[in-house]
Amino acid sequence: MEFCGSHTHALLRYGIRDLLPPTITMKSGPGCPVCVTSTHDIDTAIAIAMTPQTIIATYGDLVRVPGTGGSLERARAAGADVRVVYSALDAIAIAEKNPSRQVVLVGIGFETTAPTVAASIVTASQKGLRNYRVLSLLKLTPPVMQALLQLGELRIDGILCPGHVSVITGLEPYGPIPTRFGVGCAVSGFEPLDMLRAIGLLVEQFESGSPSVVNAYERAVSVQGNTVAQQLIDRVLAPCNAEWRGLGCVPDSGLSLRPEYEMYDAAALFHPDVTESVEAAGCRCGDVLRGSISPQECPLFGTACTPEYPVGPCMVSHEGACAAHFTYSLTA
Amino acid sequence: MRSFRRATMSFDMCLAIPALILSLDGDNAEVDIGGVQRRIGTMLTPQVKVGDYVLLHTGFSIGILKPEEAEQTLAAFRELAEISEIR
Repeated sequence: MEFCGSHTHALLRYGIRDLLPPTITMKSGPGCPVCVTSTHDIDTAIAIAMTPQTIIATYGDLVRVPGTGGSLERARAAGADVRVVYSALDAIAIAEKNPSRQVVLVGIGFETTAPTVAASIVTASQKGLRNYRVLSLLKLTPPVMQALLQLGELRIDGILCPGHVSVITGLEPYGPIPTRFGVGCAVSGFEPLDMLRAIGLLVEQFESGSPSVVNAYERAVSVQGNTVAQQLIDRVLAPCNAEWRGLGCVPDSGLSLRPEYEMYDAAALFHPDVTESVEAAGCRCGDVLRGSISPQECPLFGTACTPEYPVGPCMVSHEGACAAHFTYSLTA
Repeated sequence: MRSFRRATMSFDMCLAIPALILSLDGDNAEVDIGGVQRRIGTMLTPQVKVGDYVLLHTGFSIGILKPEEAEQTLAAFRELAEISEIR
């Protein structure tokens, strides 16, 4: 299984899936931050966006993901101030320019994004900003890999681990996967040869029956990871339970703001009444995210659900498995 | 064909998202990303120097690429390419 949505895209884009022998099947995992964000969390972001005197700052694709009754994009059409930012630092700049309004960054992403969000909170604190807040929907990779293996829905023989998450975390957090589950891990870069090499290493591990964690992205990933970034995450954020689309609540698989940074926590200021979140009828993104079905097995794929008119997030996001299959292998 | 393969395996390819540090200013830096210049945050890589290649994620440098490791990976790639040529 390739965990990361960018790996899914690269595997399809370079035709690697078709090059592999029939004995090797790649399954897409829950490694697309936009896709795994639950409908309830999207509804919460929309409700905050509709609060007067509020500006929502968010990363690109999320604005198009349908919630129960619309998307952030629709909220913007209805008058909400929703702005797409490239970086958390852009959200800080918006807060500085709009001192009378609350600026809320919808913080989605994995360990790669977490330290950048933490850095923005420290920056806001240094600048004495009182109108910058983060709705933390940050998620952690190794806990959800373990939850997926625990579920046992698929027989996974090896995991292609996300390269840029590992730049931050290093190799240690993957340790329990070979020891507890007997499944090998290979950290991979995103070039086609990077991925082929990592897949080769996983096959070797499987054949020799000695699973371990190997680093096949040595030019970017070190054993210990980026310790400065790890310390910054620890200082500002703490593990919490998180809601994943397709997997439900996974213990200690998310990050929320520590009490010392409560004044930057959107969850502490906004208490929107989001009680009943409903996923789009027929959408099987949850099953796709667990690798339980391939995108083509969803009845809506390519008919009712296309990148232009997406029903579920896996078709919206540039990292989503459905968008990747639609773009690169519709004929297959 | 052989030379074409070599050419596509240039050092640049290996850097994934290469951003070259042009100048530093406190917690920020000016970088070059394939000819485009941009200001980024360097809080996560305080040890970064002018001339380093960094990995860029949402406006922050998250890691510094190691040229010597990249060279080793390139060597492994060359080996892969040679095996496929023999076949």
